Amino acid sequence: MSAYRSVRDFDWLMLVLASAICALGVLQIFSATHDTHYSDAWWKQVIWILAGFVAMWITTLVDYHTLLGQVPILYGLSVTTLIATYVLGMSAFGSRRWIGTTSYHLQVSEFVKLVIVLLVARYLTELKTDQFELIDLLKLGGLVGVPMLLVMLQPDLGTALTFLPIMVGGIFLAGMRWQYAAAIVVVVALVMPVAYFVVLKDYQRARVVSFLDPSQDPKGSGYQVIQSKIAVGAGALWGRGVTKGTQTQGRFLPVPHKDFIFSAFAEEHGFVGVIVVLGLYFLLLMQIVQNAQTAPDRSGMYICMGIAALLLFHVLVNVGMVVGRMPVTGIPLPLMSSGGSNALAVFMLLGLVNNVRLRRFVN
Amino acid sequence: MKLHADREEHRLSVSGLLRDDTTFASGKIAFFQYVTVGVFLFLITGFWELQVRNPEVYQERAMQNSIKAIPVLAPRGKILDRDGRVIVDNHSSFSLFLSRENLKMEHLKPIAEGLNIDYDSLVARVRRFQTRGAPQYQPIAIKEELTPAELAFVESHKDADTFPELEVIHVQHRLYPRDGLAAHVIGYVGEVSEVELNTPEFARFRQGDVIGKDGIEREYNDLLMGVDGQRRVEVDSFGNERRVLAEDKEAVPGKSLQLTLDLDLQAVAELTMENRRGAVVALDPRTGEVLAMVSRPAFDPNLFAGRIRTKDWKDLIDNPDHPLMNRAIQAQQAPGSTFKPIVALAGLETGAIDENFHVNCGGGASFYGRFFKCWSRHGGVELHRGLVQSCDTFFYNVGNRMNIDDIAHYAEMVGYGHKTGIDLPHEADGVVPSTKWKIRNFREKWYPGETISVSIGQGATTVTPLQMAAAIGGMAIGGVWNQPHLVREGARLIPARHGELNQENIKKVISGMYGVVNEGGTGVRARLPGINVAGKTGTAQLASNEVLKGTKIGQTMKDNAWFVGFAPVENPEIAVATLFEGGQHGQLAAPIVRDVMKAYFDKKARLAQPHEQIASLPAPLPGSLLRPTAAVAPARAGASKP
Repeated sequence: MSAYRSVRDFDWLMLVLASAICALGVLQIFSATHDTHYSDAWWKQVIWILAGFVAMWITTLVDYHTLLGQVPILYGLSVTTLIATYVLGMSAFGSRRWIGTTSYHLQVSEFVKLVIVLLVARYLTELKTDQFELIDLLKLGGLVGVPMLLVMLQPDLGTALTFLPIMVGGIFLAGMRWQYAAAIVVVVALVMPVAYFVVLKDYQRARVVSFLDPSQDPKGSGYQVIQSKIAVGAGALWGRGVTKGTQTQGRFLPVPHKDFIFSAFAEEHGFVGVIVVLGLYFLLLMQIVQNAQTAPDRSGMYICMGIAALLLFHVLVNVGMVVGRMPVTGIPLPLMSSGGSNALAVFMLLGLVNNVRLRRFVN
Repeated sequence: MKLHADREEHRLSVSGLLRDDTTFASGKIAFFQYVTVGVFLFLITGFWELQVRNPEVYQERAMQNSIKAIPVLAPRGKILDRDGRVIVDNHSSFSLFLSRENLKMEHLKPIAEGLNIDYDSLVARVRRFQTRGAPQYQPIAIKEELTPAELAFVESHKDADTFPELEVIHVQHRLYPRDGLAAHVIGYVGEVSEVELNTPEFARFRQGDVIGKDGIEREYNDLLMGVDGQRRVEVDSFGNERRVLAEDKEAVPGKSLQLTLDLDLQAVAELTMENRRGAVVALDPRTGEVLAMVSRPAFDPNLFAGRIRTKDWKDLIDNPDHPLMNRAIQAQQAPGSTFKPIVALAGLETGAIDENFHVNCGGGASFYGRFFKCWSRHGGVELHRGLVQSCDTFFYNVGNRMNIDDIAHYAEMVGYGHKTGIDLPHEADGVVPSTKWKIRNFREKWYPGETISVSIGQGATTVTPLQMAAAIGGMAIGGVWNQPHLVREGARLIPARHGELNQENIKKVISGMYGVVNEGGTGVRARLPGINVAGKTGTAQLASNEVLKGTKIGQTMKDNAWFVGFAPVENPEIAVATLFEGGQHGQLAAPIVRDVMKAYFDKKARLAQPHEQIASLPAPLPGSLLRPTAAVAPARAGASKP
């Protein structure tokens, strides 16, 4: 069987697309940090990307069916680690998402995404009926809900929310009765106001408010959105040039090499650059979807589609935030934002897609 | 195609396992693709809106964010003494400005609180800039001489997130000598006021300009004041400069100004007047150069170097001794007996008397039905003794032999009754009464009895200390009056006035003045060993003394003491006049003039023997007003040593 897992079958197009996005990301990280304390961020990112390639290769090698078989263990490990992180984890930026030594931190929640993808895929594959029943929704919701809640407690609402599209996408594919969907919408509509006032913390509420009306709070969360829109708009059609964007270089943009990297990119590369990068993301997503379509079995399909839904969500929320069309949630732009955990996790997700692709002819 | 065949085969082989068929989801996967297209279109329209539809709006706002116009304040020129020693210097400090491009009114409150500025006056100030239509790029100075704590507050709040309008600018502030040395001559600077901006003299300035408000600072403002420059810089969100975009205008520093004042002499003159009210003026009658000019009480011009605090200003204004008044040019007081040499000169010139004109003084005389007292009983008195003993009876008679307009003619000739034209603002005219003056001011004719009072320097006659030094000095050099001035080069001088006087008559008057000091006259305390000093004392009742005699107004009503002198008699180089308000008797003013002259001639002697060590300066004369330390006059002026 190993004959089929040849180098030729590897999804080279997907790798080229991802690498191209990474390269532009590194360029932008360099531009945004070259005269700051983070000026070494770009080569650190290069190292993380190279490590990502290796992680991708490793994830490709182990048959995804084997991984699916280990879901209970992986799930248990994830929940335990999240709890451990919550209890002992280091505090960074007022939240506890990191674990590790002082020089290298790993953000556990990033890797939990992989487990959620596998979990959803396995659960849905093992369904006995073609219809997705309410009891399944509750069970799956509970399974996904536990780690989600733990991440939310860190507190990292943004990352916690990224677990949702994996589940929602999967349930949609598995086929849920529209009545259930309607019921969920109604329940969510009722719960949302309660959640807004009870669950959300002040700064999160502020983010929602400033999303709805940035000018109401120009000094707080709204400030970030306003500055980001100014940066994007100032970029105009052709951009202001690498290291030439005053919004980026003058630090008017918050974290221009991390969450707001696309804003910085839009300022320095303009609308044309934006179209190029969004085009690359679109092709990457379509390539993943294509791999889902050619997956040998349901579990492979679910894995690919879960990953596609996850990445689409990331792009939508992060890029939408940059142009003020989404609230500020603080989730990174995959493959572009500076940060090791996210880079590793995304490459491992792409490795999973490849894993499925390489096994499309075998059972 | 072999692969494809394999796949078909594979699918057939597992057709039994329907549960693993993925085709059921193909429609939903296609739906997901449409959703993806939708998401990307949604995002792209967001960028289209910002980057293609109206990027100008955002480019403009990015510029507002990052570009600041920063004024480069030109330092004012230094003020030096005649030897080039620095009197007024600048020192570096930090001033806080509000940049008006990103000024938000609602920020004023926290800024005022953080920096301990009065909120209401801050708001008023900002409004004033807005209503006066000052250019938008011109920032508003709100606090000078920032302390480290205030600087720290600004540094931690000037980021784009908090108060981006805060702008710290490095400025040169005026540093004036301590203890009010030469304060009235130098004046002070301050921000141009609202009222001033509406007057033609100041119309050319802009709101916020720091200009000379008084003294030399005002008179030579255009020379001393540089031209402010401006540059545009790119800043980051913390308000730190990233780079200079353009030097829009270079700052042109003000020029230095060399005064005629001699710091050594000035310091001595200041000391002689310590704890006294009055003025001292020393000048070189040959050129009109003012060597020292003191007015006491003085003020500290450093209070004005930033923006003067309301309390300090109120204290100065409310002080009954009027410390802001430059008595040397503004105190208009009856000259008393110092006027007698002029009356004597007028008498000789008009032929009303000659040097042998003789009067018997029995303690006064009656004129026009009224008895005029003399301060003593002098017996037989002619001109010389009349001056030496300052006999009032003698001069009543001299005045009585003349017309008031004759006296006025000579008084005006020596420079009384009109400004000397010195290069200082607000100089007073003084009063030389005459028939014309009486009609113009009182619509009354002149009564001959009034002439009697005028002839001893009372009545309506008033002069300033500067006028007196200039008048007597000019007479001493033979009747040539040079315009007194304070700068070595560039003063607008009118040519010297030459009086048409008989030199013999002048000599007779000078001889009398020599006697005042050297022949046991009233001015004996002005004697200097080795130098021939001539002078005249004066004890003047306050102009309104007669009226107020019954009422009690305390010390301010005490007689003023005057002394005016010059030396050396043979070839006068220096004339000194002093007004010692409430000094009671001119004899007490004489030592002031003596000390100043002594300092002048001591310095001259020192300079003549440059190789000799000046280890021990001559001990102060007995009864000197100067404390021993004063002998080291230059050290006293140490605040502004070069």
